[in-house]
Amino acid sequence: MSAADIDEPGTVNPLGRAFSDAGILAWRTLKRIPRTPDMLIYATIQPIMFVLLFAYVFGNAIPIPGFPGPRAYREFLMAGIFAQTMAFAVASASVGLADDMSKGLIDRFRSLPMARSGVIAGRVVGDVVFNAFVMLVMVICGFIVGWRWHHGFGQALAAFGILLLFAFAMLWVGALIGLSVGSPEVAASAGLIWLFPLTFLSNAFVPTPNLPSGLQPVAEWNPISSIVAACRHLFGNPSPFASPDGFPAQHPVWLSLIWCAAIIAVFAPLAVRKYRSATSR
Amino acid sequence: MAAVEATGLVKTFRTRKDTVKALDGIDLEVPEGTVLGLLGPNGAGKTTAVRVLTTLLKPDQGTARVLGHDVVMDADRVRSLVGLSGQYAAVDELLTGRENLWMFGRLYRLRSQQAKQRAEELLDIFDLTDAADRTLKTYSGGMRRRLDLAGSLIAHPRVLFLDEPTTGLDPRSRLDLWQIIRDRVREGVTILLTTQYLEEADELADSIVVVDHGSVIARGTADELKAKVGGERIEVVVHDPAETTRALELLIGSLDITEPDSTTKDEHTRRITVPAPGGSSALVEVIRTLDTGGIRIADIGLRRPTLDDVFLTLTGHEAEQKEQES
Repeated sequence: MSAADIDEPGTVNPLGRAFSDAGILAWRTLKRIPRTPDMLIYATIQPIMFVLLFAYVFGNAIPIPGFPGPRAYREFLMAGIFAQTMAFAVASASVGLADDMSKGLIDRFRSLPMARSGVIAGRVVGDVVFNAFVMLVMVICGFIVGWRWHHGFGQALAAFGILLLFAFAMLWVGALIGLSVGSPEVAASAGLIWLFPLTFLSNAFVPTPNLPSGLQPVAEWNPISSIVAACRHLFGNPSPFASPDGFPAQHPVWLSLIWCAAIIAVFAPLAVRKYRSATSR
Repeated sequence: MAAVEATGLVKTFRTRKDTVKALDGIDLEVPEGTVLGLLGPNGAGKTTAVRVLTTLLKPDQGTARVLGHDVVMDADRVRSLVGLSGQYAAVDELLTGRENLWMFGRLYRLRSQQAKQRAEELLDIFDLTDAADRTLKTYSGGMRRRLDLAGSLIAHPRVLFLDEPTTGLDPRSRLDLWQIIRDRVREGVTILLTTQYLEEADELADSIVVVDHGSVIARGTADELKAKVGGERIEVVVHDPAETTRALELLIGSLDITEPDSTTKDEHTRRITVPAPGGSSALVEVIRTLDTGGIRIADIGLRRPTLDDVFLTLTGHEAEQKEQES
């Protein structure tokens, strides 16, 4: 082997290189997961805990307008839990990249002849694969508490696709946060704190008709609500709206796709730009 | 052609409170196949210089070329030709040694099979084959540093940048690493290394550039720099603080010291130092003089010039230790 075996930078198709680098870094992200068993356990226990708490504690206290019966809330809940878990994926990207930065790994990667998007894309893709696993655990959990999909497996699969697309979009936001703060401790809280108002001011856990009227439009246009509504629509779960004639109620799937595309279009370039100038300390 | 050449590099960092000129017009030249030691205290701008030369930072002013390629305009080409090994081992703790090297090989655009083969070669060279399948969490500091260095050698770089390669290592690991670096030099690799230790620059570098506050304050070979400092010194600690002054006067007389400024004395620590041009023969003379003068010696030794001495001589102030480099 000699230096001649290495392709000259100009001879490699940049797009092919971006994909290949993302693939290598995604391999790295996934290799690491089973080696941090504590993180693996928390990442799966937390959503299970949410399912059980909301299903059994709040379930009887929150009526679903237009859908009477004790099982209505559990049917209503699962799409909300799925979307919340995907949104919280932000933290794994922000903590992961902040950790790489504090350990000098980002410097090392930046000194290599890699695609500029490779490190973040690898992180994001690896995390999406991991989130697919977490979702599988939650689906099983949902089945146990009595949630079902009613429009066939194909539509359910489409809903899971939208959820993973949403995770993919949110991970770019997490990447930007992680590269901006630079310390994993700060990244852990900075990555999550704004998600609480975002998820709770949505239709994820409380039907929007039950909210104060001033908050209803905010909650119905919220990107998380759009994901949740699209999933409820595809699963055939109860999906009450305060304004049933509005765009979010009429076109939940389209709105969810528009939101995902908008988030990616804004945050992916910002994250890559941040990476280009990111240095440790 | 010089493997590395930089002219007038300026880099300023703005923090909320003030602006710091990390590089204040630095010129560097490393001829191919030689080793340049960039010597200076923390905060001198060494790491910033390395980051500019390895394309991690864009300079505010000035230009730098590595093997003829501009580090700003032709950054990607530079990245494929150089290796960088940082101050702290930048390797993935949760991957094994073999996995780390394979990953870096792939990112240097080696095909999977070549990356595997190259990883094996390097594990062998760096004596890490036995630990190859353990995650790096279980590695010692010296092993991590070796793996980090191995990672920077994957693509057979013609220029290697080593940012404080031995800081924080135990003496044994330091010697091992020095040997590894010497082996690379023998293979014809051009090296720019930063260090806080004159001894390290002395051991490894063909020429040394001393930096402080982002500027070059001296250049030369190790011997030239040491000559500027005045070579070896004798350090004496006397038993009785009241006798420090008399002891120094006696020594100035017996050693024919013409420049009293080249001596130091501190009554508080009872310590005096004098130049020792004759090395150990001067040591004998000092002991004889003080003994004849009836001065009791608590401690005495021949001291080689340290970075502090170089700094004291070149700048008139001691090497300041700052927490932040950038």
